[in-house]
Amino acid sequence: MSYTIAEKILKSHSTENKVFPGQYIEAEIDLIMVHEQLGGRIHEEYEKLGLSEVWDPNRIFFILDHWVPAPSVSAAQMHKDCRNFAKKYKFIHNMGMDKGICHQVLPELGFSRPGMLIVGSDSHTTTYGAFNCLSTGIGATDVVMVFATGLLWFKIPESFKVNLSNELGKAVMAKDFILTFIGNISTKGALYKSLEFHGNGIEKLSIDSRMTISNMVVEAGAKFGVFLPDRKLEYWLSKRTTIPYTLVKPDKDAEYEEVFEYNLSEITPVVAKPSNPDNLAYIEEVEGLKIDQAFLGSCTNGRMEDLRIAAQIMKGNKVNSNIRMIITPASTEIYLRALKEGLIEIFLKSGAIVTNSTCGACIGGHLGVLGENEICISSTNRNFTGRMGDPSSQIYLASPATVAASALAGKIADPREVYS
Amino acid sequence: MEIIEGCVYLLGENINTDDIVPSHTLTLRNSDEMAKHTLEFIAPDFVEKTDKLNIIIAGNNFGTGSSREEAVNVFKILGIKAIIAKSFARIYFRNLINNGIPAIAINWKNTDFKTGDVIKIDLNNGIIKNQTQKCSFEFSKLPPFLREILEEGGTIKKLQNQFKLH
Repeated sequence: MSYTIAEKILKSHSTENKVFPGQYIEAEIDLIMVHEQLGGRIHEEYEKLGLSEVWDPNRIFFILDHWVPAPSVSAAQMHKDCRNFAKKYKFIHNMGMDKGICHQVLPELGFSRPGMLIVGSDSHTTTYGAFNCLSTGIGATDVVMVFATGLLWFKIPESFKVNLSNELGKAVMAKDFILTFIGNISTKGALYKSLEFHGNGIEKLSIDSRMTISNMVVEAGAKFGVFLPDRKLEYWLSKRTTIPYTLVKPDKDAEYEEVFEYNLSEITPVVAKPSNPDNLAYIEEVEGLKIDQAFLGSCTNGRMEDLRIAAQIMKGNKVNSNIRMIITPASTEIYLRALKEGLIEIFLKSGAIVTNSTCGACIGGHLGVLGENEICISSTNRNFTGRMGDPSSQIYLASPATVAASALAGKIADPREVYS
Repeated sequence: MEIIEGCVYLLGENINTDDIVPSHTLTLRNSDEMAKHTLEFIAPDFVEKTDKLNIIIAGNNFGTGSSREEAVNVFKILGIKAIIAKSFARIYFRNLINNGIPAIAINWKNTDFKTGDVIKIDLNNGIIKNQTQKCSFEFSKLPPFLREILEEGGTIKKLQNQFKLH
C-alpha cells in the first residue's frame, strides 16, 4: 500500500494493519491543546464521569488566550474554573495567561513535531501542520473523551495535493495565497479533506508563512493542512526541541483525490470581503474603500514576519487620523523580539495601539471591538457577520502588508505601492 | 431514537458557528441565557419559533467555523431533535453526534422543504418523509458505532456507561 502523510500518521497511531479513505479508526492522541473552552463546557462534562484523574497529564497543553486579561466578570469566572480544573487534575504544561495565543506558543515551545497527532479545542489547531504533523480541532465532548481515554475516532480522509512553485512577489504574502486558494475552492471545497502541501515553492516560504497557510485550511473545510518537511523546518525545530522525531513524507505513488498547482509568483494582493472567507477580491477591486479600523495580529498573522513587513511600511509614517490601528503580537516571545528589533517603537510612534497577546479582537471579545456599520481591514481568519463586534460591522481579511498600507491611507490600499 | 417526527425550520448555506452562537454570548455562564441568542443576527425569529419547530434543514457546510460546542448545545436546549443539511463542517458533525443529535446529509432542492413542513425521519432505514409536501428522501445511514453513540444519548452517557462497567 502507498500512503499519503495523513494516512501514514493516522495508521501509525492506530492498531490497523492497513488504512484507506473513508475507513473509521480509533487513534491514540499524542498531545491535546485546550484553552478557555475548558472553563466552558469541558470541565462540567468531565466531572460527570466521576474520574479522579486524566489519562495523561503530561500530554495536555493548557493555555488561556481568548479573553486575556479578562474583560468581564464572566470571563474572569471562566478563567477561575479553568485554573481550578488544571490544578485538580495536575496538568503539567499549564501555560497560564501571559504567554500568548495557543497556536503560536505551542510550536514556540517545541510541542509540535513531525509525525505527531495533535488535537485541540480550537478549529485553528490545523496550524501545526506546518511542522509536518497532523493536527485538527475538536469540540468539548471530544476533549472530554481524550482526557478520559487518550483515544479518539477518526475517518481516514481523502487527500488533496497542493503543489506550490516559485516565490511570492514583493509585498505579497502567504495570506494572499491562502485567501486565493480558499476563494477558488470555496469554504466547502475541502470539507473533511487533508491538504498536503508539496513543491519547490515550500522552501522559499518561512515557517511563519507555512503556519499562516496551515492555520487557514480549516476555512476551506479541511481537516488537516500538512506540509512536507525540509531543512528549514529541521533547523527551526533544532532551536525549539531536543526531543527526537521522524520526518514524514508521502509514498511516491500515494493517491490524491485532486491535485492543485499554484505558481506563487503569480499570486497578487487580495482580500476576502464580508462575510465569508471565500468572498475573494483582488486589491484593485476594493482599493480606496474607507475603513474605521486596521487590525494586525491573531494566530493567523501576528508573527515576526508579519510585524516586520508592517513596520517597514509604517516606519516614519502616521496611521491615518480618521482611523485606529490595533496591533496584537501572536505571543509574548514575539512581543519581546519586536521590542528588541525596535518594531514596537515604530508602531507606537506611528500612532498604532499595541496590545498584549490575546485572541481578543478577532473574536469580538475585547481590545478592538467594532461598532455599528464600522469597517475593519484585518489580518485575522474569519469575517463572519458580527465576528468582531456589532452585526452591522464589516471585516475585510487581508495580509499584514495590506493592513499596514491601509492603516496609513485610511482606506484599503495596495501594499506594493508603499513597500520598497 | 429510531423515528423522529417534527416540524421544519429552514436555514440557508454556510450557517457558521458565529451565526449560531454570537461571540459576545460565549462567556455567559448560563446555557439557557446563551440559547436565547441563538441565530439572533441572521434569523431573529428562530428562538421564538422553536416551541413548534424542532428539525433544522439547511444547505451546505452547516456549522462551519469554530469548535465551540455551545453551537450544538443551544439547539439541544431549544429542543432541536435532528439537523438535516446538504453537508456539515467536520467539527460540527462530531459535536452533533457527541451530543446525541442526528446529523443527516442529503441533497435537496428549494421546492422540497418549507419552514413548518411536518417530516418524519426513520434513522434505521435511512428515510426522510416530508408529510406536508408528500415527498421522501433516502440517506446513507451512519456507521454502526456512531449510531450507537446516538442511541446511548451521546458520548458522555456512553463514557459514563463504559466506566461504570469496569
